[in-house]
Amino acid sequence: MTDLAGPAGGHEKTTFINDPKVRSIGLQLVALIVVIFLGWSFAENARDNLAAQKIATGFGFLDNTAGFGINQTLIPYSETSTYGRAFIVGLLNTILVAVVGIFIATIIGFLVGIGRLSKNFMVRTISTVYVEVLRNLPPLFQILFWYLAVLSAMPGPRNSISVFGEIFISNRGIIIPRPLFGEGAGIVVWAIGLAILGVILFRHWAASRQEETGRRLPVLWVSLCVLIGLPLAAMIATGFPISFEVPELKGFNFVGGVRVIPEFVALTLALATYTAAFIAENVRAGIQSVSHGQTEAAHSLGLRHGQTLRLVVIPQAMRVIIPPLTSQYLNLTKNSSLAVGIGYPDLVAVFAGTSLNQTGQAIEIIAITMGVYLLLSIITAIIMNAYNKRVALVER
Amino acid sequence: MSMTFDDGTFIRNEMAPVLPPPKLRIGPVAWMRENLFSGIFNTLLTLLGILLVISVVPPFVRFMFIDAVWTGENREACLGPDVGACWPFIHAKFGQLIYGFYPISERWRVDIVFALGAVLLVPLLVPSLPFKRTGSLLFFVVYPVVAFVLLTGGNINASAFLLERFGLIRPFVGDAQLGGINLAFWVDFGLTTLLFMAAIGGFIALLGGNGRSAARTTLFVFLALGAVIFCWDADVGLSYVETRQWGGLLVTLVIAVTGIVASLPLGILLALGRRSQMPVVRLLSVIFIEFWRGVPLITVLFFATYMLPLFLPQGTNPDALLRALVGVALFSAAYMAEVVRGGLQAIPKGQYEGAMAVGLTWSQMMRLIVLPQALTLVIPGIVNSFISLFKDTTLVLIVSIFDFLGQLRAAFTDPNWATPVTLYTGFAFAGVVYFFFCFGMSRYSLFVERRLNTSHRH
Amino acid sequence: MTRCRKFSAACELPFLSPVPSRTVAAETSAPIRMKKAAIMKRLLSTFALAGAMGLCAFGAQAATKLEQVKSKGFVQCGVSQGLPGFSNPNDKGEWSGLDVEFCRAVAAAIFGDATKVKFTPLSAKDRFTALQSGDIDILSRNTTWTITRDTSLGLNFTGVTYYDGQGFMIRKDKKVNSALELSGASVCTQTGTTTEQNLADYFRANNMTYEVIAFATNDEVVKAYDAGRCDVLTTDRSGLAGERLKLTNPDDHVVLPEIISKEPLGPVVAHGDDQWFDIVKWVLFAQLNAEELGVNSKNVDDQLKNATNPEIKRLLGTEGKYGEGMGIGNDWGYLIIKNVGNYAEMYDRTVGPDTPLKLSRGLNALWNKGGIQYAPPIR
Repeated sequence: MTDLAGPAGGHEKTTFINDPKVRSIGLQLVALIVVIFLGWSFAENARDNLAAQKIATGFGFLDNTAGFGINQTLIPYSETSTYGRAFIVGLLNTILVAVVGIFIATIIGFLVGIGRLSKNFMVRTISTVYVEVLRNLPPLFQILFWYLAVLSAMPGPRNSISVFGEIFISNRGIIIPRPLFGEGAGIVVWAIGLAILGVILFRHWAASRQEETGRRLPVLWVSLCVLIGLPLAAMIATGFPISFEVPELKGFNFVGGVRVIPEFVALTLALATYTAAFIAENVRAGIQSVSHGQTEAAHSLGLRHGQTLRLVVIPQAMRVIIPPLTSQYLNLTKNSSLAVGIGYPDLVAVFAGTSLNQTGQAIEIIAITMGVYLLLSIITAIIMNAYNKRVALVER
Repeated sequence: MSMTFDDGTFIRNEMAPVLPPPKLRIGPVAWMRENLFSGIFNTLLTLLGILLVISVVPPFVRFMFIDAVWTGENREACLGPDVGACWPFIHAKFGQLIYGFYPISERWRVDIVFALGAVLLVPLLVPSLPFKRTGSLLFFVVYPVVAFVLLTGGNINASAFLLERFGLIRPFVGDAQLGGINLAFWVDFGLTTLLFMAAIGGFIALLGGNGRSAARTTLFVFLALGAVIFCWDADVGLSYVETRQWGGLLVTLVIAVTGIVASLPLGILLALGRRSQMPVVRLLSVIFIEFWRGVPLITVLFFATYMLPLFLPQGTNPDALLRALVGVALFSAAYMAEVVRGGLQAIPKGQYEGAMAVGLTWSQMMRLIVLPQALTLVIPGIVNSFISLFKDTTLVLIVSIFDFLGQLRAAFTDPNWATPVTLYTGFAFAGVVYFFFCFGMSRYSLFVERRLNTSHRH
Repeated sequence: MTRCRKFSAACELPFLSPVPSRTVAAETSAPIRMKKAAIMKRLLSTFALAGAMGLCAFGAQAATKLEQVKSKGFVQCGVSQGLPGFSNPNDKGEWSGLDVEFCRAVAAAIFGDATKVKFTPLSAKDRFTALQSGDIDILSRNTTWTITRDTSLGLNFTGVTYYDGQGFMIRKDKKVNSALELSGASVCTQTGTTTEQNLADYFRANNMTYEVIAFATNDEVVKAYDAGRCDVLTTDRSGLAGERLKLTNPDDHVVLPEIISKEPLGPVVAHGDDQWFDIVKWVLFAQLNAEELGVNSKNVDDQLKNATNPEIKRLLGTEGKYGEGMGIGNDWGYLIIKNVGNYAEMYDRTVGPDTPLKLSRGLNALWNKGGIQYAPPIR
């Protein structure tokens, strides 16, 4: 293999092993054999070990009763539900953190990223400090900090901070009023939907009209009027069917209202602010990749600073921003598994934690958990790639 | 533009007096007008920013220094109203935060490892210092071996492995020991080396290659391996400290350094595999890389710590820290592979073609032409992976390995130090430590980036 | 003893060798093909064999647990990450507690040296996996004996070192006197414990609502309870007594009178090695018998020489060869009592009335003293 003696003198000396094709096939075969052998011996060992320790196998456990409670469930769940149900509850909790986290992270990330390029010294410095501090501290550290330090600074439920007597903030979480839908509420919901649809269509029409005639319509004001007016009219017509259930303190905790548990708040905020620091850097790099001539040209056309940014620079920067943005979103999703450190019932905590412990079926459960994250990664990657393609096509 | 003058032309004979610059273009006032108050919106932002700074910085400084408690024996010292950071808490827990439960009488060994690491690393980081090759050999090869011996105490009790199966060794040598070294192992090792040399050499020769050179290479590999094992096996008189007693910053650094040292070569191999012409190798590399990149590190650690033993033969029981190390190294190798691949893709095709045209073999081409350029291009990316690796070390606390953050969290539950400020003090201290390492690395990467940029400037 | 498990299987590997040789040979001319293929086939078989042997060297043999323990020279014992009274490390990493002492007793029985034991701190979540994987030899970590764990997790409970029941702890200023007043409360607990399920049963049976916040480690549970995240902390009552010591102001908290479950806590070993199961089981029985017979670490040397009671003689190994049956020395009983002590000594040192936990014997008194601790006779 280390034969570097140089090119062979004649055809007879061109040996077997120096033929690149033979080498390549041989090498691949060796690799394949090693992998197959390793996989096979792992499987063999696992089978022996499981048999020796009489650990149950198979996926039948998913239908057994779980018997433990979960303090944040997006779908109905009780102690009598199955492990399969617990799995879905955990998965939904993970997705919830991921979606909310991504939403917040994107907003903060873009603001800070643009802020880093601001002409304003104060804004620039604060943005830089934000990015440098947050991305240089481990995410688990930040999650623990948000949870332990902020939690211990919050008052108990009896002394909770009240916002207008409607929203209560305490170490039990943030409790907000829950909307109650009375008779006729359906019409109001329909009206809201209709208003949103109308606004979208109107904006579309206004845009195409502007391209044709150059005349601009007061899009913002019309949209606002429709968005507020239509549901309001529907409410008046049906006699205000939507009321709010205001939480009140009864015994230990607040009763009624929707409660956002502190674990969720800590995890989401920590992940969002952490990821935002990385997104900010991507945004900055993206904006810097748009040549300065574009900005100058936009200015000379008379566009204001904000318009330049919104209409000229960012659309072009998006092409550079999207790919790294995808991986940041994926990172956030994967980092949500750190929930296990603060007791938020995400997939890893509920399924790979409690369920695994009760059933002992480590191989099946870890395989499912890893599979879910792989799938989430792949789905996110596919969606983002599709979007990436769409954005990339705009290039002329 | 006529170049001719007639008499009526006025020509100034002396320099015009230098006018002062416009008042509103220089000086602090103008700077502020330009940078802070150039419009209503900007002024608003500035005011908001100032508000933010005022609400964050003075309380922070007060907490850390002015109101802080500096001396004390227990929590009584930090219980007063309006106290800041409780530094005696850090002082009391400092040993645990740095060494974990490493025996107090043996902690000098850890100190030596830290000092040695710093002494070897600094010359590597300063570009103007000579002997880079020797330096990296010392740091990446010799240092890990020495650190292993110092930290664990060496003396790993190597015993005969291959020929022992056939009862070939014991009758001749028995359990003879020589200075804490098992003779049977070395006899076995020597015979195995010869066996492998013969087998590999014969195999290559049979296929028409240069068998002798192959055998020589095998010998070198085994000699190197033997030297390492010898160092680990020799009884240097240090007591054995099992890894369960390690903890704190020691574990954090051990995981980070091992991950860095192991992930770079692995990552390069994987990246080459992914860019390979061979479909099987490429496929395996892609699957490997995408698998590790797709799952969270926690599940990997969980897998390595609690499921791996199920996959190994019964009774095999690798050390818990070692398993976590392997998990971390493989995980970061996958990320490293993608960084390196980026560099490989950035090398123009002409470089490959040129290398092939002058008759270099594939390994020569990669070693001499492609990789040096590719790696230089992605140094910032590599350092970024190191930073995330360093931050990821904290996750081992979830699999019951007490790293720096784990020790800190354990220290929080000590009732002797339960005060309202203990938490904030601990987080402030740990934050400074983590920031010091991560920010240091990122600054260094910027420095290297800038240095490399100048050399490319036209 | 040395049985290479991989060997027989790996030896089938050479069947793969014709494949590479055929594929490779296809590239060369016909006449040399036969010869080369034949040689290669032989060579590759040798290689596969050598590789398989290498793997054998890597994998250890399936020796009995006792042999493994003896050859490594210590017992690896899984304990908690810090529960005062049961298994708790001090600042120097020295462990103390009832569960820890029991592991020392096992080490004493095998090696005659109570220090030949190493401790692995485990969270409740990780403990069984560690035992199943052979990471630890004994799990002595206030673990409740249940049918699921005993039968389908591949574990064997060797006895009960502490009879316990689940209780609730709450702040005094909440002015709650009974667990039945806890409806609507937030409850902190540790994941992967029986407590989590008992809690669900209890609240459901009494038609009360609750919110559960489950953490992975004890420390997190205590920290969250101390920070006021939940109103109630629930775990075994012995655990509550231990956890309370970790709170900022232990006196502000009270343990409610209700006991909502049976929690027999005991050491656990993995399925598949009856000899090891026997040893661990009888170490506890020996300690209980010693207490019953009035033998303790102070008078054991005297008893060894002067005892006339045949039961004591059998316990200390001066009569009969009871250690042999377990593969350990016949003086195993003596070694346990001498190095660690009988059950009462162990109990009083770690959780008894004179310790900060202040737990009276209660159910854990001997059967003839009002409790239910009862050991089969040594004979």
